Amino acid sequence: MANKITVGHVHMSGCTGCLVSLADNYLGLIKILDDYADLVYGLTLADVRHIPEMDVALVEGSVCIQDHESVEDIKTARKKAKIVVAVGGCAASGNINRFDRGGQHNQPQHESYVPISDLIDVDVFIPGCAPTPQMIRNVCVMAYLLLRGSDDQKALAAKYLKPLMALAKNPIASKANFNTLMQEVINVGLCMGCGSCAGACPVRAISMEFGKPQGARDLCINCGACYSQCPRSFFHFEVMDEYEAITDIINGAMK
Amino acid sequence: MNVLGKYKSVVSARSTDKEILKASQDGGIVTSLFAYALEQGIIDGAVLAGPSSRPWQPQPFVATTRAELLKARGTKYNICPQISMLKEATRSYGLDKVGIVGVPCQIQATRKAQLYPIGMRDVPDKIALVVGIYCMEVFPYKGMQLIVEDHAGQKLQSVKKMEIGKGKFTVITERGNVTQLPLKVTHKYEQPGCHVCLDYVANTADVSTGSVGSPDGWSTVFVRSRIGEDVWGKAMAAGCFETKPIDQVKPGLEMVTKLATEKITKNQKTVDERAHFGVGKALRNPYI
Ligand code: SF4
Ligand code: SF4
Ligand code: SF4
Repeated sequence: MANKITVGHVHMSGCTGCLVSLADNYLGLIKILDDYADLVYGLTLADVRHIPEMDVALVEGSVCIQDHESVEDIKTARKKAKIVVAVGGCAASGNINRFDRGGQHNQPQHESYVPISDLIDVDVFIPGCAPTPQMIRNVCVMAYLLLRGSDDQKALAAKYLKPLMALAKNPIASKANFNTLMQEVINVGLCMGCGSCAGACPVRAISMEFGKPQGARDLCINCGACYSQCPRSFFHFEVMDEYEAITDIINGAMK
Repeated sequence: MNVLGKYKSVVSARSTDKEILKASQDGGIVTSLFAYALEQGIIDGAVLAGPSSRPWQPQPFVATTRAELLKARGTKYNICPQISMLKEATRSYGLDKVGIVGVPCQIQATRKAQLYPIGMRDVPDKIALVVGIYCMEVFPYKGMQLIVEDHAGQKLQSVKKMEIGKGKFTVITERGNVTQLPLKVTHKYEQPGCHVCLDYVANTADVSTGSVGSPDGWSTVFVRSRIGEDVWGKAMAAGCFETKPIDQVKPGLEMVTKLATEKITKNQKTVDERAHFGVGKALRNPYI
């Protein structure tokens, strides 16, 4: 199909789980690559040495600021990509890399890892560890509609992506962990006890006690899923009231 | 703002299943619809509010049989975090077609899990039937305990039914004692998060239902989505419900509209006031 967008997978300090999640769309991934996106860069998938120009950079992993090459790569990705997406907790909020403090073979001086928005402007956040195949899929479809769609489709994609773009500009989201849920939802009187946070947590750090989230903070890996999954972090009626039409569009795109 | 949300049809309805009706809060709509959906394979299980080890404290659970569904009847009026089980239902329980029932905020959470499945791997495509229940507010468990034990003077264990309606909180015990409290006594125990809630009739459910608008023992049912229309249509054809046109029952749709407008107007005011909560400082607004 002509007029595809170009996409690259930029691998920083991450476990490749985000990439595996993208691949876990199975036939959906083939569909995306057939109809909507050419993969122009990806260490494990495309035989290209230097980061090329591209429409969308899907960045996985945090950046080690003592690793010159990584710092240069993330800056290059920003320069070469129209849209930079922080895919997964490591890129968006630091995730487990927040616990790194160096002193290990064979690069003991590598001790400071930061989410990519500490170093470059990021356009879209996809929190979570691992980010889900469906969330990555949705962002890919919406990015395509934003760049290549009709005016209506562009408007819809912009509405859909708006809260994920707001997260990318929010310093709180780049430091998200269980405390963020406390500070940004419960502490400001917004929690209504739905349990989305507990359901979303990949390490089961959250239990619901008397209808409110209780965090085992030692378990929390800083993935940011609980906060952004919470309906009281963001909930835009202009998108949510159209859930049926939007689901149709995404399913239609994947047929 | 359209306070009732989008819908394709609205009727007054009651289950034709005597066993279900016996212990249901109103028209037995939720239990009957899920029982039918389960029997027909439209869902292979449902996330519901069931009993826990504390009296009147609901706990989310996954029902995969009719007998289990029957354990979830009746309104509990205190928080039950159903959405905490949504992903679990597709994992530990291995469900591919999940039914879920919830109050409006939980239906919002379900739709957010579908459109923005940030921590909800494989959930979006496995939601098969979403049923919403009207909701004005709920209480934290301890708030409900204070109301029942300190204000109404009854032991929670002895309570048979609770009802909120006509400006009163009613507690009915197993022995038949009826205590009524004006809602102005119970207001302060409401869950704070309910005061910014802008949905009364679960605007984004497939089917939403509640007693308001229909005569005693009946429920008002909105059929909203394609899925809702399909499942409701089949259940009707199978004789699961008897219905009356909504314009022929009292108090009718006007009452639903009135309460929805009251709730949303009051809570919108709270949301607006939060924008000037401090001196030049706002509390966060999740809707913008
Ligand atoms: S997801 Fe948000 S609103 Fe729901 S229980 Fe957790 S903190 Fe409360
Ligand atoms: S509590 Fe769980 S979901 Fe929330 S940030 Fe920590 S690990 Fe992630
Ligand atoms: S009033 Fe709203 S927030 Fe409170 S329980 Fe009901 S639906 Fe949820």
